[in-house]
Amino acid sequence: METVFDRPHALSDVVTNFCPGCTHGIITRLVAEVLDELGMEGKAVGVAPVGCSVMAYNFYECDMQEAAHGRAPAVATGIKRVHPENLVFTYQGDGDLAAIGTAETVHAAARSENITIIFVNNAIYGMTGGQMAPTSLVGQVTQTTPYGRKVEDQGYPIRMSEMLSTLEGSAYIERVAVDSVPNIRKAKAAIKKAFQCQLDKKGFSLVEVLSTCPTNWGKSPEEALDWLRENMMPQYPLGVYCDKLSKEGE
Amino acid sequence: MIQKIIFAGFGGQGVLFAGKTLAYAGMDEELQISWLPSYGPEMRGGTANCSVILSDEPIGSPVITSPDILIAMNKPSLEKFENAVAPGGLIVLDSFLIDKKVERDDVDVIYIPAKQLAEENGNATLGNMIMLGASLKHKDMISLEAVCRSVEEHTPQSRAALAELNKKMITIGYQY
Amino acid sequence: MEKKVLMKGNEALAEAAMRSGCRHFFGYPITPQTELAAYMAKQMPKRGGTFLQAESEVAAINMVYGAAGAGARVMTSSSSPGISLKQEGISYIAGADLPCVIINIVRGGPGLGGIQPAQSDYFQATKGGGHGDYRLLVYAPSSVQEMADLVGVAFDKADTYRMPAMIMGDGMLGQMMEPVSFKEPIAPEDLPQKEWATCGTGMKRKKNIINSLYLTPDELEELNDARLKRYETILKDEVLFEEYQTEDAELIFVAYGTIARIVMSSVNTLREQGIKAGLIRPITLWPFPSEIINQRADSAKMFLTVEMSQGQMVEDVRLAVNGKKPVYFYGRNGGMVPEQEAIVEEAKKYLQK
Repeated sequence: METVFDRPHALSDVVTNFCPGCTHGIITRLVAEVLDELGMEGKAVGVAPVGCSVMAYNFYECDMQEAAHGRAPAVATGIKRVHPENLVFTYQGDGDLAAIGTAETVHAAARSENITIIFVNNAIYGMTGGQMAPTSLVGQVTQTTPYGRKVEDQGYPIRMSEMLSTLEGSAYIERVAVDSVPNIRKAKAAIKKAFQCQLDKKGFSLVEVLSTCPTNWGKSPEEALDWLRENMMPQYPLGVYCDKLSKEGE
Repeated sequence: MIQKIIFAGFGGQGVLFAGKTLAYAGMDEELQISWLPSYGPEMRGGTANCSVILSDEPIGSPVITSPDILIAMNKPSLEKFENAVAPGGLIVLDSFLIDKKVERDDVDVIYIPAKQLAEENGNATLGNMIMLGASLKHKDMISLEAVCRSVEEHTPQSRAALAELNKKMITIGYQY
Repeated sequence: MEKKVLMKGNEALAEAAMRSGCRHFFGYPITPQTELAAYMAKQMPKRGGTFLQAESEVAAINMVYGAAGAGARVMTSSSSPGISLKQEGISYIAGADLPCVIINIVRGGPGLGGIQPAQSDYFQATKGGGHGDYRLLVYAPSSVQEMADLVGVAFDKADTYRMPAMIMGDGMLGQMMEPVSFKEPIAPEDLPQKEWATCGTGMKRKKNIINSLYLTPDELEELNDARLKRYETILKDEVLFEEYQTEDAELIFVAYGTIARIVMSSVNTLREQGIKAGLIRPITLWPFPSEIINQRADSAKMFLTVEMSQGQMVEDVRLAVNGKKPVYFYGRNGGMVPEQEAIVEEAKKYLQK
């Protein structure tokens, strides 16, 4: 019988800690599929963050390092400078990347550090139980904004892809979503392109993936997908924000 | 034998370099040496000084509280260190830049218009080398020959002309 | 050993690191350690290495974590306030059993403090600094030559025990020049391979994981206890100290680093005056040379600990002496350096009691 669907080789045969209906699992799998397709599992070194994907070092078959909260881009920098021929990537959430680790993120991009960041934006701190994230929307109710995020008190959400794309060091930045099959396919293509960007030594690449958090949003998985489309996409438009690969091809 | 020398002046007068020149010579003579600069937040201007110790035994403290020789290249330095000089010690001061006499009578003093001599001999910035040369007259100091040899040894080939100039200034100071 | 050269302590640390096979340095500017980073910046590119000025001390120490986990000999350097910022990363490095060398050119504190020499980071270096049960190997050189020598020791021991090592100096040691000779350089490729490092599986082995997260308490305890076993070996095997005139000494000074040199001069002065003084100079601050201090407590009448702090190491001296004899303290802080004469006077004060 022909196998039509299987676990990617780079994805470990372990149970993840993600909640039912959360789209982290999809993104984790996409990264593994791309590692397989590029034949890079044996050369890859991943960096896990603090947050829902803190256990990501258990999910991949490649070498992994666990970083302190927000420090993944610095850790990845250290690895990449020792092994420039390896494929070095981080997998980080919004609190990790856009709050406590903003400096590390911005400066890795500014240095055009030849690493790839998979940035999972679900507009909330998941692991710690649903606190406001730097990407939480205005009006969004969280554990620490029980009356909704107010501009006067908590200011505005950060659009990381837009911000980072203003830096000359950024080589490839795209925002994708995993709310539908077509978007999941686009997300995978973006991750592949970002990794290729690194293999071609073009510099810093980041894929921002809009993701759901049904548990902390207080929604069913399906409602969560709708909420992502209706609320997050207008605030965080999908698309390519920076692409030095194509530019040079033109 | 242990010889403690403080070089002091304004930042930019080359006091640290003069100290280094002596330290290198001490090292080449196989003495124990230490060179300790004062350091502060200001990069330029202000006072600068360095402490050089030459010894035939291991050096304990690199800090000099009571120098055998004080090389003073400005007035604040003289005022700061004059009373610290060990009795019987030597003060070398640039009489072109310091309009003041040493008040103590238990130390030897060399008044030498170092900046002026340096200018007359082709480079006004090398007063520090003149001063170093003058200090070599102290009976327990390293010989003029040793210092000149060391200057040659530690100046890169590409700057041989500078080594010559430094040696000339040191000799002028010594012969003053 | 090669021909002697005249060098600043900070530069000697950098040169010795490169000769020990270190090709990765991550730092952030702070006085008074800047010459070290400047030397690295100049030399690393010439020797095929990486010098990277990070955006913060926090980032720098996490770059060290990444590079150490990737198997490289790696160094960072800073001074007190910067070392405080690095504590998070140091705790993670210890927790993930990674080797690296951290230089602390200590300045007066707390807060921004000053930039003059101090020894007020002793507690931070030897008693934890960051969170969790862990130790650093802590070396305290007292000359430029020893700075150079201990860098090599620190890298070797850090690798052997898979843990961070710290070298504590101060602005005086960092800025002063003394003749120094270096060992023959080791090329990074001649260093032993680290089979636990993350450098890609090559599809030939199981993956390596660098990590300090263990959510099941019994697993975490087991790992911590295994580390404790290594610490116990270190306490037994890695203690370094120097004794000076202690055999017949009535008063034994205990001092490390810069101040130990000054105390040595004080011992000489006291001996010239017929007073039997001696010095124990800890070279490793952790592991602390407790045994020799305890032994000497049998023959000496008293101890006088001299530090450039308000009294930190003195606590370890008291633990070592364990009540056998009185332990006194003399110190200056904030960047003030005790003078040789003042130390002599202090010693006489207690001897006349």
